[in-house]
Formats: sequence, C-alpha cells, structure tokens
Amino acid sequence: MTQASWGLRIAAGLCVLFLHFPLFIIVLYAFTTDDKTYAFPPPGLTLHWFGVAAARSDIWAALWLSVRTALLATLLAVVLGTMVAAAMYRANFWGKEGITLLFILPIALPGIVTGIALLSSIRRANIEPGLLTMVIGHATFCIVTVFNNVVARFRRISHSQLEASSDLGATGWQTFRFIILPNIATALLAGGLLSFALSFDEVIVTTFTSGTEQTLPIWFLNELFRPRDRPITNVVAIFVIAVTMIPILLVQRLTQAGEDLHGGGKTS
Amino acid sequence: MTGVIQRFSSLLHGRPWLALLLLLIPPLLWMGIIYIGSLLNLLIYSFYSLDDFTGQVKYEPTLSTLQQLFTSSSNVDIVQRTVFMSIAVTVACAVIAFPIAYFMAFHTKGNSKAFWILLVLLPLWSSYLVRVYAWKLLLAKEGIISWFFDTLGIRFVLDWILTLPVIGGFSLSSSYLGMFLVFVYVWLPYMILPIQASLERVPKSLLQASSDLGAKPNQTFWKILLPLTVPGIAAGSIFTFSLTLGDYIIPGVVGAPGFFIGQMVYTQQGTAGNIPLAAAFSLVPIVIIGLYLAFAKKLGAFDAL
Amino acid sequence: MTQHLTSNAVLLESVSCTFGTPTKTVKAVDNVSLEIKEGEFFSLLGPSGSGKTTCLRLIGGFERPSSGSIRLFGTDASRLPPFLRELNTVFQDYALFPHMTVAENVAYALMVRGVNKTERTKRALEMLESVKLGGFGSRRPAQLSGGQRQRVALARALVNRPRILLLDEPLGALDLKLREEMQIELKALQRELGITFIYVTHDQGEALSMSDRVAVFNHGKIEQLDAPKVLYDAPKTEFVARFVGSANILDGALIGQAGLFALRPENIQVMPLQSASKLQGELIDIHFLGAQTRLEVQVGSTRIAALQSGETPLQRGQQVSLIWQDSHLRQLEVRA
Repeated sequence: MTQASWGLRIAAGLCVLFLHFPLFIIVLYAFTTDDKTYAFPPPGLTLHWFGVAAARSDIWAALWLSVRTALLATLLAVVLGTMVAAAMYRANFWGKEGITLLFILPIALPGIVTGIALLSSIRRANIEPGLLTMVIGHATFCIVTVFNNVVARFRRISHSQLEASSDLGATGWQTFRFIILPNIATALLAGGLLSFALSFDEVIVTTFTSGTEQTLPIWFLNELFRPRDRPITNVVAIFVIAVTMIPILLVQRLTQAGEDLHGGGKTS
Repeated sequence: MTGVIQRFSSLLHGRPWLALLLLLIPPLLWMGIIYIGSLLNLLIYSFYSLDDFTGQVKYEPTLSTLQQLFTSSSNVDIVQRTVFMSIAVTVACAVIAFPIAYFMAFHTKGNSKAFWILLVLLPLWSSYLVRVYAWKLLLAKEGIISWFFDTLGIRFVLDWILTLPVIGGFSLSSSYLGMFLVFVYVWLPYMILPIQASLERVPKSLLQASSDLGAKPNQTFWKILLPLTVPGIAAGSIFTFSLTLGDYIIPGVVGAPGFFIGQMVYTQQGTAGNIPLAAAFSLVPIVIIGLYLAFAKKLGAFDAL
Repeated sequence: MTQHLTSNAVLLESVSCTFGTPTKTVKAVDNVSLEIKEGEFFSLLGPSGSGKTTCLRLIGGFERPSSGSIRLFGTDASRLPPFLRELNTVFQDYALFPHMTVAENVAYALMVRGVNKTERTKRALEMLESVKLGGFGSRRPAQLSGGQRQRVALARALVNRPRILLLDEPLGALDLKLREEMQIELKALQRELGITFIYVTHDQGEALSMSDRVAVFNHGKIEQLDAPKVLYDAPKTEFVARFVGSANILDGALIGQAGLFALRPENIQVMPLQSASKLQGELIDIHFLGAQTRLEVQVGSTRIAALQSGETPLQRGQQVSLIWQDSHLRQLEVRA
C-alpha cells in the first residue's frame, strides 16, 4: 500500500478527530463538578451525577417505555421483514422494484413526513396516541432494516439444498425449521439488533405518535430545548450512546461470523 | 397436525406463486394501509383548511392552504432558507469527506481499512440526539470553542465572525453558522462512505493508463478520478440533502430565529393545531426530494448505493 | 438374487414439460414415454439442454409435467411433492447442509420422519462406513474434498433405503481417475442394494459402461432407448450414431442404396486399391494414435474415417479401397 502524503494523513486524522471529539466531551462532562457543565477544562471530576440520575423516576419511566416500544416494534419488524425477504429473494416478477421502493420509503423520506403522515391518520381514526401508535410507527421503518439483513442471507441458501430437504422427506415446515431457519438465524439476530437500536434512538416519528408519553429520546429532546439539569443529561447521554452503540457492534461481530457458513456444495 | 402440514405443503408444491402471495400479503397490507394510507391522508389534509374563527379543521376541499405556501412571503422564506442550508451542507460535506474517503480507499487495506470504517461509523451509531446535544455544549458562549479562542488570544476573530450578516448571531449556538457546523458534523459519515466505495470502484488500470498517456497526477485527478466518483458523491448527497431538508431538531436547538420547514411542520401541528398547513408544508420536502432523487439517479447515485 | 424385471418402477406416459413466459415457451421435455424396470441401472444420456435433467426432476417431483402422467410403482405420482415420493436424489452440486455435521446430514431423512436420536445416529454411521467414510461423522461439509462430499450425498440419499435412487450427473466435478473409480463403486453398490438407479449424464462412455439400458435424449425427445450394446451396434438415428461412439454417416447414394447409413470407423478396413470394392477414394490423412491408427479417406465430397489396430503400410495420397461387413452397415431413420 502506497504511503499517503502528509497532507492527506493530517486531513484524514483531523476528520476523525472532528467526528469523535464531541462525543468525548460529553463523556468528560458527565464527570465534571461544574453543574452548568460548560466550563472547560472541567474544574473537577466526580461520580455524583450518576447517583442523582439514578434517583430520577422520570428517567426510568422513559427508559422503560423506550425498551418496551423497541422490543415490540422489533418483534413486528422481524416477522414482517422476514416474510418479505422470503418472498423477494428470488423474485423476478413484475412488481419487484416497486415493492422494494415501498419498503425503503419510510427511511428515504424525512422523518418529519412519516411522523406527520402517521399523525394525520391517528387523528382521522380517532385513536389515542401512545404505546400502540409508537410501536406501529417504529415497526414501519424497521421492517426494511430486517429485510436488508435477512434477504442477503436467504440468497446464499442454494436452491438445491431446499430441494434436497424436500427430497429427503421434509415437509415445507420442516425444511423451514431445519434448513432455512438455522441459516438465517444470525441475520435475523443482526436485523433485530439493528431494529432495536433504530427504534430506541428514534425521536422524530416518536414525537408525533407518542401523545403524552415520554420515551428516553423524547425526554432527552426536552432537555435539549429547555435545559434544566445538564449534568444529569450528560449521564443519560452516556447511557444512550452505550445502548445504541452496543447492539450495532454486536451486529458487526455477527455479520462477520456469518461469512464462515459455507461449504455445502462442490466449490469452496 | 402433521397431516395438515403435509397437505398444506403439497398444496404449495407446484404453485410457487401461492407461497409468494401468502408471504407478501401481510407485509404489503401493513405498508399499504399504515404507511401509504397515511401519506395519502396527509395529501388529503393539505387540501383542507383551518377555520380562522373556531380554530378547528374544516373538512372541505380547498386550495387555500396550499396557496398560503406560495403567497405568504414568510413561508417562501422558510422554504428558501431550508433549501439553501441543505445545499450548503451537502457541498461542505462533500468537500470535507473527500480527503478522508480518498485516504481510506487508496491508503488502507484489509484490517486497517475495517478499522477506519469502524472509526467513521461509530459516531453514526451513537444517538443523533446526543451528538446534537454535544455540539450545543461546545458552541455555548461559555463552552469549549469560546475557551479555545480565548486561550489562543484570538477572541476577536470569533467576535468578528459573529458579526457577519446572515451567518452570524448572538453566539455560535444561535447562529446559522453554528447550525451549519452541526449539520455537517451529523451527516458527514453518510457522505464519506459512498465516496469511499465509489473511489474503490474506479479500476486502477484507468489511472495508470492516464499516467501512461502523459497526464500529471493532478490532471489525472481532475479529469479521470473525480468525474468517476460523481455517482458516489451523488449517493452521499441524497442523504445529506434530504436529511437537512426535513430536520427540525437542529434548527431548534442550535438555531437562529427564522424557521425551517421541519420546524414549521412541527409547530403548526402542535400548538396551532393547523394540520392542513403542516401537511402542506411537509409536501414541500417530498416534492423537492422526489426531484432531487430523479436528478441524483441521472448522476448514477443509485448504482453507488 | 432374482430381479423383478417385470414390474415397472417408473412409468412416464406422454410427458411434456414446458418452461418460460407466456410469450416465449420452451419445451424442455417433449412428449416422452418410457418405462424403467425395478432393479435396473437406467441412464438418461444426452448433451446439455436435451431434457434429460428435466426428465429426472420430473421423476423426482421438482418439476411438474405440463401434460402426461408419471407413475411410480403403479401409482400416479404426477401431483406428489418430493417429500411424499419413495425415492431420493443425489444432486449435481451435492446440496449438503453446511450448518450440519456429516453425520447429521446423513441422518436428516430419518430425523424428519421422527426416528429417535440413537437409532438414527447408528444408521447414519453405518451408512458412512458403507461409503468408506467411517470416522468422518463429526466433520462439516466445508472440511471435505469434492469426492468425499459426493459420498456423503450418496450416503444421505440411501440412508432411508429408497426403492429408487436418482443421480444427477454426480461425477461431473471429479477428476478422471476418481470418476472411473466412482463409476465402478456405484455400479457395485447398485448391484449390492438391488434398487433402481436412474442416472443422468452427458458422458456416453459412463452411460454405456454402467447401465442396463440407456435413453438417449435430444431436444426434449428420446431418440433411442436400448441396452448399451444395441445402442452402439445398432444406432437408429444419425444423432445416436454420432453421440454414442463415433460414426461415419454415409449418404446411400455413395453405395448404391437409398437412405442414410452409419458405419463405425473400427469396422472399416482400408486396403490398397481393388476393383471389386464398394467404395474407393484417396487416403488424405494418417493419425498415429498408439495402439491404433486412424486413416481418413476422401470419397467424393465425403470424408470417411477408419480405425485399425497397429500401423499401416499405406501412404498418404494413395488411392485406396474401403471394405466392411454388411452387418456393420446400419440404416438410419431419417426424421423429418
């Protein structure tokens, strides 16, 4: 590999610094003794705020709501996303591209559009916004996340394996259970984890579909607009970073491990 | 039970379209009713209007709400403002992303490349809100950036910047410049990766041929490499442009006075209860993004995604 | 062991199978009828695209016939899905399940039938022993060589003791030596098990050496169905004559008869010019092949090849006579 010029290396390094510096600051500020948490360098370091944050019941309630919403939305997304992947992975029929576009739309269009569209439906149907509407909203844009992960794995199951399974006496259900499912398991997990992270962190669509309920991102958003307890916000920020980053790191591991599953055929 | 399963399996055998249909119907129904239905509903709402006296939504079709978009000068301002910011952010992201994308494409390999990709992706994976929040702290009057200018003794530079028309403001955290910085920061990874992928797809043999034919390195860059990365840049720009266009949080948190489209949608449906106007406003990003996608497709962005 | 040669394992009656879009259809199998006897080693032979694989897949249940009927041991199986048919398949790409061990692969057919774990593991390991892969049970398909995977596919298909085994070009990916070994083993296996083998191949030498009978496919139809020796000595059509072994195709006019004829090179003797010979021409080319010599003779506009053992005293450019026995000259059917 050729050596990059110094200018290029500095540029790349600065860019990475630019990307990571703000996060580092947040983590630092969670430990500061300054209760406005603006002052730099921080006057002192303490764990005090962690304790204060843990005592706040509104944070726990918001957290619990976020977790519930994410779990339910992920469940729906996994089922629906897998169905679409199973239908589409060999697809060569007329409406194929249209269907793919349909499922991509929720993340292609700005969140605000999805949010207000769902809200208009909620108003028209006269439903009370809350957990149900949030789960429905989240599931809608999480489907494509699961789909992307699972469809690639479906394509790697050779068709002759499915025929062989049927040839050896397995019904469709048995083929699904013994052959298809083990092969897509890690992809399902990856899609599910990504979907969870996506749903947990989502705030725009959630704002429109939550009514009076508060998920953790909404709690955080309120802190952004009307800041009250900045140090506590920093603590929550660290927590949120962890909860959204860890599933995705796991997914990285999973998708790399999944690459090792091959060798059922003549080549490789 | 096995008998039923067997009979069902036999039924599906030889009728592959049936299995396809059964698999597709629930998800399609979901998307169709919930999502497309909602979008259509939104469209319909933009043809309603708000009764000035009662403050209630009048469910009669009218073009008056849509007209408000074009006629009221403040509304036109809002759209203009948002579009200009989106363009500015896209250009800045492209310029900043290119060097690091180039570095990753041509000067890293295998494990080190994976490491760099991870470095670029990690901020993206941490919460969007947290990243915006971090910048609010950074940009605050008593925040780090101020302290930085102070210790270097160039405070006057910062003060001068803040007096600039349009992009300046009371403090960085309430100026367009500050907003611009945050936007660029948040969307930058979305631009880096497609450009990097695009650069990697350029066959090395083309660059070697150009050199062989007598072109100097910077000529090869401008005439061969850069044009071939346009699809990647276009792909990245789809993200930066449409994400900026619809965002309402960053303008609100790090904002100057003067609304953006997203904020307009948000406030109109909120306290004002003017869902028709909110709906009308949200049509603007849809149309603009639709046009932009068509434009980006021409540039080959879809192949670079 | 008595072979029940009178009962039919497989009966195809006027079976056709069409593929394609409504605007462009392809008849992969065109009105094919055949019967395969129980205990037979039956081969479907033909070039690629001739319909032999589709025919096999029809028997296996992976394709549905667009017309005609398929009977297995007397019962109509046209609508039966594969998992209800009493046969098993060795796939061309082996189709081993990568996420299972070799033993689990072999035991699969037993597992889906609910055989308990100890019983099916025992039978799977026995099966692996019989294909000389004892001790490989806990490995994964990815760790095996091509030939080993092929044996696993075989073991997996046989563990349930099917009455018919379908083999779709199973030896295609193996190198020559391995292929020849496997041919001998497969034939021995079939004799030992006594079950019906239905074998698809494009290699005519393979088909001839292993089979009791061979069906030669071309463009979706069967051109000839006979025992190997009959196919070789008495080809019915020009295609069969050329595809099975090599042949000279002669226009009857050359020898004063009507019709088209086939004459195998090894049945022609090339002699110095004699007046009473049926065919005369110029010796164009001589190829020394080791144990044999091939001579090419130009008779009018036709070039005829002759194969004889040892070397020849004849010279290039010499006028020669071609001699053969009448019984070796086969008249061919001419298809319209």
